[in-house]
Amino acid sequence: MMADVSLQGVAKSFGATEILRDINLAVKDGEFVVFVGPSGCGKSTLLRIIAGLENVSAGEIRIGDKRVNELPPADRKIAMVFQSYALYPHMNVYKNMAFGLKFAKTNKAEVDRRVRQAAEILKLTPLLDRKPRELSGGQRQRVAIGRAIVRNPSVFLFDEPLSNLDAALRVNTRLEIAKLHRDLAATMIYVTHDQVEAMTLASKIVVMNHGRIEQVGAPLELYRAPRNLFVAGFIGSPRMNFIKGQVLRVEGNIATIGFAGTEAPLAVRPASLKPGDAVTVGIRPEHMEEGGDDAASLRGTIDAVEQLGESSYVYMRLASGDDVIVRAPGETDAAPGGSYTAHVPRKALHVFDAEGVSVIAGRG
Amino acid sequence: MNVRPGRIAVHIALILYTILALGPIVLILINAFKTRRAIFADPLGLPNGQTFTSIGFDRVFANADFGLYFFNSLTVTIVSLVLIVLIGAMAAWALTEYKFPGNTLIGLYLAIGIMVPIRLGSVSILRMMVELNLVNTLTALILVYVAQGLPLAILILGEFIQQIPKDLRDAARCDGVSEYRIFFSIILPLISPAIATVAVFTMVPVWNDLWFPLILAPGDGKQTITLGVQQFIGQYVTDWNAVLASLTLAIAPVLVLYLIFSRYLVRGLTAGAVK
Repeated sequence: MMADVSLQGVAKSFGATEILRDINLAVKDGEFVVFVGPSGCGKSTLLRIIAGLENVSAGEIRIGDKRVNELPPADRKIAMVFQSYALYPHMNVYKNMAFGLKFAKTNKAEVDRRVRQAAEILKLTPLLDRKPRELSGGQRQRVAIGRAIVRNPSVFLFDEPLSNLDAALRVNTRLEIAKLHRDLAATMIYVTHDQVEAMTLASKIVVMNHGRIEQVGAPLELYRAPRNLFVAGFIGSPRMNFIKGQVLRVEGNIATIGFAGTEAPLAVRPASLKPGDAVTVGIRPEHMEEGGDDAASLRGTIDAVEQLGESSYVYMRLASGDDVIVRAPGETDAAPGGSYTAHVPRKALHVFDAEGVSVIAGRG
Repeated sequence: MNVRPGRIAVHIALILYTILALGPIVLILINAFKTRRAIFADPLGLPNGQTFTSIGFDRVFANADFGLYFFNSLTVTIVSLVLIVLIGAMAAWALTEYKFPGNTLIGLYLAIGIMVPIRLGSVSILRMMVELNLVNTLTALILVYVAQGLPLAILILGEFIQQIPKDLRDAARCDGVSEYRIFFSIILPLISPAIATVAVFTMVPVWNDLWFPLILAPGDGKQTITLGVQQFIGQYVTDWNAVLASLTLAIAPVLVLYLIFSRYLVRGLTAGAVK
C-alpha cells in the first residue's frame, strides 16, 4: 500500500494567532522526513494535523490517495509516538501494546502474534509483564514505539521522541529508529528541535520557522546550500558565523564583497546585487583554517578557546567588531588574549542579501 | 533531636482537634456498653464488671425494623454514591475535555451548587416530590443526595482529569479507542484516588443526614437509620441504652468504608493540591 503524504495549502490558527500558514509538502512513500525548527515554529502542530488530532483552518491533507481531513486518527493508518511516551500507566507492557488492537476487531491470536513480534524486534520480550513505572526511560520509549509497530501503520509519526532521554541513550535510540526505518520501509515523519537528529535520521529535512517552511531538502543539501539566513544559522553546529559586508563592485555575475577588512569576488545570481548593497557573509567554523596570513584571511583577538580534544573552537573578535568562531586543530597554540589569523576559502563563503536570501550562484 | 517550637505547636493543635473530633464517638462507644445508672453516674468511665451490659443492643436487635432501617440507609448511600461518582466523573470529563458553547457557564452553575446549601430549597423540593408522587420513597432521597453531591464531585474529579497528560488521550485516539472506552478504560482507573476522595466526602453526609429523611421519607418502612434511632428518644422517656447502641451500629459501616478509602484519600487530597 502506497503511503504518500501530501499537504496542500495547510493553515492553522487558534483564534487570531496564526500557527501555520500555507504549508505545501509532499512526502514520498518510504521516506524519512524530519520537521525541524525552534520551539513554537508549528512543527508539532503540523504533525498533530497529519495525525488527525488537530483540525486545519484551511488546506487539504492526503495520505495515500485519500483525502483525510475529515477522518479521525484511527482511520488514517497512522501511528504516533509521543514525547512523553504516553504509556497507559495502569497496564503492563503487553496490554499497552495490545490495547489499540483489541478495539480494531483483530482476533486474539493475531494480536498476540503482532505484540510478540514487535517485542522481539525491540528486545522487550522479558519486560512484557512489567508496568511502565518499572521501566527505564529508554525501555518506555521502546514500548511506545512497539505500540506504534503493532498497528502496522502506513505512516509513523514521531513527536520529539528522544528529548526525554539522556545523551548516551539518545544516540543509541537514534540508531535504532534509523534501523527500524530500514527494516520496516515505512513512511516516517519525525519532529525535533535538534538539528543533529534531523541531519542523522532524515532522508529529507523540512526546516520550519514562524509557521512557514523555510526550506526542504536532503540533509547535505541544506548544509551546503542553505537558501536563507535562518536555515544557514539553524543547520550546523556550532552555527555559521555571520559577518556584515557590503557589495563593492559588480562585473557581470561576479560581485566583489567587502567584509571584515578583506574582499572576495564571488559568482552571484544575475542581477541579485548592486554596488553599495548591505549583505551578510556566512562562513562555517569548520570551513576556516588556522594560519595562512593572506588577503583572504580574518584577523582578530582571541576571547576564549574551547578544547574538545580532536579539535578546538577559537572564539575571536575581529577588528570590525564581529565575533567569529573557528574550528582549529586539537593541538592549537591559540590562547585567550592573543591574536589569531584564520584563512577563509572563497568557495566556502555564503552571501545573503538584505532580505536574508542567499545570492550565491547555483544555490538556493 | 532538634524539634522546632513551631512544629510542637502544630502537633498540639492537631492532637487537641483529634480529641475534639473523636471525643463524642468514644463517649458513644463506651456508654453503649454501660447500664443506664452508670451512664449518668460516671459518663466518662469505662465499662467494668459491674456496669457492663449489652441490654441496649439486645433491645435494638429485638426491634425487627432496625434491620430495615439499616438496609434503607445502605441502599440510599450506595446508590447515591454510585450515581454521583459515575455521573460526576462523566460530567467532569466532558467539561474538561470538550470545548463547547456554554462550557464555562455550566461550570459556574455547578460551582454555585457548592456554595449554596441544598437545604435552602427544602420547601420546593418537598413540593416537587409531592407532585412527582415520590414522597415516602427512597428514590426521593437518592435524587436529592445526587443533586447535593454532584457539584463538589465534578469540581474534584475535573481537577484530577485535567492532570492526566493530554498525550494519553491522544495516544488512545490514535489507537482507535472510542471516547467511551477512553473514559472507562483509561480515565476512570487513573482517577481512582480522586474517586475515593469523592466517595468519602459524599458518603458521610448522606449516611448521617437526618433532615431529608425526616421531611421526604418519614413513613413506615422507609426510614433510614438516623431516623430509626429517633424512636428510642421519647418526649418523656429516652432509652439511652438503645440510642447509644444503635448509634454505635450506625457508625460502624461508615468507619469501615472510611478505613478502606482513607489510604487513597490522603493520596487524593495531596495529589490534587500540588500541581
